[in-house]
Amino acid sequence: MRQVRADAYGAPSYPRIPMNEIDPILELLQQDARLDDAAIAERLGLSAAEVSERIAGFARNGTVLGYHAIVDEDQAGTLDVSAMIEVELQPEREGGFDRIARRIAQFDQVESCYLMSGGYDLLVVVRGSDLREVARFVAEKLSTLEGVRGTATRFRLKKYKQNGFLAGTPAEVERLSVSP
Amino acid sequence: MSLETKLADHVAGLPRSGIRDFFELVQARGDVISLGVGEPDFPAPWHIREAAIYSLEKGETSYSSNLGIASLREEISNHVGKSHGIEYDPATEVIVTVGVSEGLDLAVRALCDPGDEIIYHEPCYVSYSPSILLAHGVPVVVPTVAENDFALMAADVEAAITPRTKAILLNYPTNPTGAVEPPEEMEKIAKLAVEHDLIVLTDEIYSELVYDDVDHVSILSFPGMRERTLLLHGFSKAYAMTGFRLGYACGPPLLVEAMMKIHQYSMLCAPMTSQVAAVEALRNGDEPARMMHRAYAQRRRMVLSRFEKMGLPCFTPRGAFYAFPETACTGLSSKDFALKLLEEENVAVVPGTAFGPSGEGHVRCCYATDPDLLATALDRIAGFAERHRK
Repeated sequence: MRQVRADAYGAPSYPRIPMNEIDPILELLQQDARLDDAAIAERLGLSAAEVSERIAGFARNGTVLGYHAIVDEDQAGTLDVSAMIEVELQPEREGGFDRIARRIAQFDQVESCYLMSGGYDLLVVVRGSDLREVARFVAEKLSTLEGVRGTATRFRLKKYKQNGFLAGTPAEVERLSVSP
Repeated sequence: MSLETKLADHVAGLPRSGIRDFFELVQARGDVISLGVGEPDFPAPWHIREAAIYSLEKGETSYSSNLGIASLREEISNHVGKSHGIEYDPATEVIVTVGVSEGLDLAVRALCDPGDEIIYHEPCYVSYSPSILLAHGVPVVVPTVAENDFALMAADVEAAITPRTKAILLNYPTNPTGAVEPPEEMEKIAKLAVEHDLIVLTDEIYSELVYDDVDHVSILSFPGMRERTLLLHGFSKAYAMTGFRLGYACGPPLLVEAMMKIHQYSMLCAPMTSQVAAVEALRNGDEPARMMHRAYAQRRRMVLSRFEKMGLPCFTPRGAFYAFPETACTGLSSKDFALKLLEEENVAVVPGTAFGPSGEGHVRCCYATDPDLLATALDRIAGFAERHRK
């Protein structure tokens, strides 16, 4: 059987967009968080103990916030709805946007929250079981917050790529199994 | 009529490729993890493919000039200027070829009169000896050995020089051994080339892939070399563009012109799409190339550490993406090791003898392979080595 190689689509070993000066352990974990300490150690020429220690250090100092499988919801069959809410804020005298942003980030429905440049201030990614639930959250919990001047809700329709991983079935590319 | 008698003698006489037989065996089996390839497992970086697609969309589908499109020769000249410190004139000293394979073929055909000898080192890439034979030259082999880390020893080269020697063919870093030539030996070989007025063909296709803080030292860095050396290089390994079939040769105008004379008739020009893609690779391909190199470096460490753990002696390769471990501890020959490993564990490695008789006692393992597959293959090789240990 000829060796089949997946295209760049989703293949964890494909090198992805680099971050400047990133720690090589972090780089490997971003490619595949399921690599154990021994596997990482083997690839970097370090001891497993050293790898363990550095990873523990990342967790302690908040460099690594968590580990998480990147799931294609369509493929998984979930019917959850995801939306990106553009939130305009009233900056506060002390603390700018931080206090309000942190408050918004606390909601369970908020999956991600970023301060952005441009026409609005906060990009809030919200998840709900259906469209109505998301809309209700935005109307009742988000827009009503003191400091929130306005919101614009954009529902996500389809995922093509996330965190460097392409969604969709990888194209099967045939490759010679033996070549000089 | 017997068709066989119609074939040219020098073609009919070409020995069957050692790798071909093994290839057919592996094809016949299902579900093999192959460490037997000689190319990157990565597809060419997207920006390179995208440039090729865009070029096709624009309708760039005609012939290019024989020497290659001007922008590519410019970029090659800049690139080699940075990597080798030599400024080759893009107008007269650079030719774009259909892979290093064609570059080598053009070079030997341009140089060899019948009976001319070309010295080369083994174990080596499968095409060297056949290319020389097809050009009616005489391949003169100098074996290299594991004890010297497969370095080509100048003394051995000297012993092989005769009044008919035309050229020395070098390949460092080497396929299949992963060896890198020590600069002292390279310098001595350079001196021999000057002393005996020989041409040097240097296949440096793996020159970007060196590890452990090794710097690639080209024979071109030594005095008296530029005027007699053809640098053969390409895009297949560093940029994962094997299927694009794109390479280049840089050298003195007279040699390049001679190669062009053949190329213009046999090939006319390298594929236009590939040439455009190559321009993109040279202009913007540094970062993806570096990342692939980093991935190979990690896999190399994995492979070497595993061979050590399983007690399979393997000299430390400092270039390319191959490991060349020894089979002696199992008492098996290269071929038997590879065959039994395939039968018992469904893992394919290439017998060292496919690369010349001096490859006996070794197998070639390519680590340009998905790391998970590589890890599984290494586990199976470990089990195999344990069972067959003498």
